[in-house]
Amino acid sequence: MTNHFHADALRLDCAHEAQRIAGWMLQAVGTTLRRRGVIIAMSGGVDSSVCAALAVQAFGRERVQGLLLPDRESSSSSGSLGAKVADQLGIAHRTESIAAALEGLGCYRWRDEAIREVVPAYGEGWKSKIVIAAAANSGLSYFKLVVQSPAGELQEKRLPAKQYLQIVAATNYKQRMRKAIEYFHADRLGYAVIGTPNRLEYDQGFFVKGGDGLADIKPIAHLFKTQVYQLAHHFGLPAEVCNARPTTDTYSLAQGQDEFYFGLPYDKMDIALWCHNHEVPVAEFAAAVSLSEPAATRVYQDIASKRATTAYLHSSALLVEPVPQLSKLVSPPPALPPTS
Amino acid sequence: MSDIKQQVRGFIASNFIISDLDKLADGASLLEHRILDSTGFIELVSFLEETFKVQIQDDEMVPENLDSLDNIEAYINRKRAG
Repeated sequence: MTNHFHADALRLDCAHEAQRIAGWMLQAVGTTLRRRGVIIAMSGGVDSSVCAALAVQAFGRERVQGLLLPDRESSSSSGSLGAKVADQLGIAHRTESIAAALEGLGCYRWRDEAIREVVPAYGEGWKSKIVIAAAANSGLSYFKLVVQSPAGELQEKRLPAKQYLQIVAATNYKQRMRKAIEYFHADRLGYAVIGTPNRLEYDQGFFVKGGDGLADIKPIAHLFKTQVYQLAHHFGLPAEVCNARPTTDTYSLAQGQDEFYFGLPYDKMDIALWCHNHEVPVAEFAAAVSLSEPAATRVYQDIASKRATTAYLHSSALLVEPVPQLSKLVSPPPALPPTS
Repeated sequence: MSDIKQQVRGFIASNFIISDLDKLADGASLLEHRILDSTGFIELVSFLEETFKVQIQDDEMVPENLDSLDNIEAYINRKRAG
């Protein structure tokens, strides 16, 4: 049987879905994990804001601790927006900068050293980001470094493997340092840590292992990005959250997630992943997102390729043999059936 | 086996842990057989540029040039001839 994409495929019954997720969160945190509340790091983005709203629905606002964890290169709006969401939801929040810790760890030094190997003039006052690139008609992708001089001049250079890996490894410190602070407060309060990946990020491996990938529960990992936006509207979150373009908030130049990882805007990526998962014929998918058939075929290939190459990010530490006495102690509670 | 293919096999063998590399056919896709992921592919490009003293242009980074030992050999030979 051939599956077809239809406009309602990604539409949620938001009230039902919010109730279903909140009920599951209460079971997972209270009964399975035996924690008494949750930690949520709030970037001001739609994913963490919706997770915070779900947490309030599940546990009540007094059992939710918000954290704002800016780096010296975070956009100034992300901190104020995170605080605005926390205030609107009525949850306690505190701000802890990760900048000094990153400085001490050498995050900026390692990163800037790699950038200077590619752009020797790079230094104080410059900004940078990494963007994904692919030659036309190619399934092969590579990465480019974009730097901006203090005078505003932009330069773009293809990154060799060594420098690419070093820049990514250095910036991964940011996600890992944030997670260290989240677990400090989780330990202090007896709380569980919420991870906020949406389905695109989770399925395609767009997270840092031991960083934003580390959490006790991930309540929206089954939801497409457009569905997370629907929940944001359902919860009446601020317009800046509901209408924001997803960013990585990792590099000093403004960077959309589609520039760094997905290669398509999130609404089209949602359709791509849905169609890929439902084995929709490529011609039909191409028409749904206004791509040529060869381009749509490459998107399908890229989904499978990213899923395969990032599988290790999902893997827990591998054991020589299972220790079965432990597995039955921590298994997720069953979720209620989905709406569709 | 050609010198180019031999050197690329040597590069793969020394950089990654691939248990049955000798069974890989010269025409087999390195991506489909999960010999190289996207980062490995970028490493391959750096290796080819340094070893064979060629400049690989952005628009040449396509499977037809790089995704099998046969394709790599033909591509490097074209670059050297050009």
